Amino acid sequence: MSKVLMKGNEAIAEAAIRSGCRHYFGYPITPQTEIAEYMAKRMPRVGGLCLQAESEIAAINMVIGAAAAGKRAMTSSSSPGISLKAEGISYLVGCDLPCLILNIQRGGPGLGGIQPAQSDYYQATKAMGHGDMHIIVLAPSSIQEMASLTARAFDLGDKYRLPVMILADGALGQMMEPVDFDNVGGGVLPEKPWAASGHEGKRKKNVINSLYIEPSELENAVIERYKRYAAIETNETLYEEYMTDDAEICLVAYGITSRICKTAVNAARKNGIKAGLLRPITLWPYPKAILDNLADRVDRFLVVELNMGQMVDDVKIAINCKKPVDFFGRTGGMMPTPEDVLKQIQKAAAGGLK
Amino acid sequence: MIPINPNNPNIPFVPRSKKIIVTGHYGSGKTNVAVNLALALRAGGSGVTVADMDIVNPYFRTSDSAAMLTEAGIKCVIPQYAGTNVDMPALPAEIYSMFADKLSYGIFDVGGDDSGAAALGTYTRHFEDIGYEMLYVVSMYRPITASPPDAAALMREIESKSRLRCTAVVNNSNIGAQTDRDNFFDSFDYADEVSRLCGLPLAFDSACDTWEKPGRNIFHMKNITKKIYEYTEDNNEPGQL
Repeated sequence: MSKVLMKGNEAIAEAAIRSGCRHYFGYPITPQTEIAEYMAKRMPRVGGLCLQAESEIAAINMVIGAAAAGKRAMTSSSSPGISLKAEGISYLVGCDLPCLILNIQRGGPGLGGIQPAQSDYYQATKAMGHGDMHIIVLAPSSIQEMASLTARAFDLGDKYRLPVMILADGALGQMMEPVDFDNVGGGVLPEKPWAASGHEGKRKKNVINSLYIEPSELENAVIERYKRYAAIETNETLYEEYMTDDAEICLVAYGITSRICKTAVNAARKNGIKAGLLRPITLWPYPKAILDNLADRVDRFLVVELNMGQMVDDVKIAINCKKPVDFFGRTGGMMPTPEDVLKQIQKAAAGGLK
Repeated sequence: MIPINPNNPNIPFVPRSKKIIVTGHYGSGKTNVAVNLALALRAGGSGVTVADMDIVNPYFRTSDSAAMLTEAGIKCVIPQYAGTNVDMPALPAEIYSMFADKLSYGIFDVGGDDSGAAALGTYTRHFEDIGYEMLYVVSMYRPITASPPDAAALMREIESKSRLRCTAVVNNSNIGAQTDRDNFFDSFDYADEVSRLCGLPLAFDSACDTWEKPGRNIFHMKNITKKIYEYTEDNNEPGQL
């Protein structure tokens, strides 16, 4: 297949189908509704199921059922809808079930707005549900990556038996770019001997459950799960470095914002400022080691987000506050221009924002 | 078919009516075609009004180009809430004035697919009274309409929802800013097959470039999509400063 032109939302849906996902449960909300629309058109043709649930809560619980039966399943929503799914996501973690959850973020809190935002970073990376838990969080920055990270998300989920979230935003969901599915990968379905898919009297029955009667058993289950988290942190951290080799000002941004920052970095270089960019691709696990390493070389950091300052905390933690960290953000659905970011870089180069 | 404006060299076809409806799969480039048609007709000296009738997608729409169109002397009819957080399918009453104004061109940029075409239903009787051209914009690089039978099937859905008949096909096959000559030229067979299956003439092929091919009726457009999100693989530069 050669290149096709797709919206980010469509690219995710197509990549999910190519990854062997045949169970999509969703509920409409702008700006991610094209995912459900695409699934509604395509799933019947590949023998899959696209079901519009009666609510976001119903949809995530349907995902629990399909995942427990060993199927590749997914749901998608946007910020307010993701909050509704939080309980279900915690249950998925407690049951060690893999699935894909998409958050095409919009402005918040509350009903907020329908324009792009990155203000669910804390929620996704720190507390996507109650209990001691993590999920893997991936942050694409192009439509091609929306596709490739979808395939990766299903593989990671199955490998480590946990939910994986793609954290994108309304801009990435709605904008169109060419996509090539030839090298997207995915679609290799692993054996799931743990699945509650019918023992037919041939094996011991599998039980999928997140309730523990004995506190000590629950503690052990959580500790075992944290060993898996440690393995994920070691093996699955992804990031992109852009012009960081000789950078004095290191920008940190992910998703749509990283694209604006790249243009600003180029402009800064033309203005004689040695700027660079670190783009986290996994938001959990967070690329702490490379940031710590960069902190020994750069003068200061500038974190740019579509929120009031969330990931900036992770940068400070990663570098143990070795260097000053400035922050620049827009929120509520507003987008900074490359010129806005360039001005912040110039201020940073002149000694900081404060 | 009575030629209305046979001397306008800016547009590659003779519309059968001054009321031109632009429909198609979402992402086929309807808005780009609608805006460029408006500019070309205006450049030819005609009065032009453009109506943003997209009640489906709140992100990319004609209203984004309103300032540029107004500057070019084109009247814009845009939904009251376009570009705000009110995701409400409300269309302005001003649209009715476009039927009363028989001298000017009226371009109706409709939302994608059959769900977008539903907005046309309100005006079906007016279009039937006054006559209309309804362009069906297709792109072979959009997966849902990549096969000619699928593209023809979607056209029937749009017709069914709008209770209007498409009158011509427009081939706007492209992969955005990365579209090269081969991408465009490769789409001609597709366009001809869609035209055959739909039982409609091909009004023109459109491209944001100066490509020409003997025997093809090519409309040269400029890309009016939002710049900030654009991204070129070669230099990693999103948008323009």
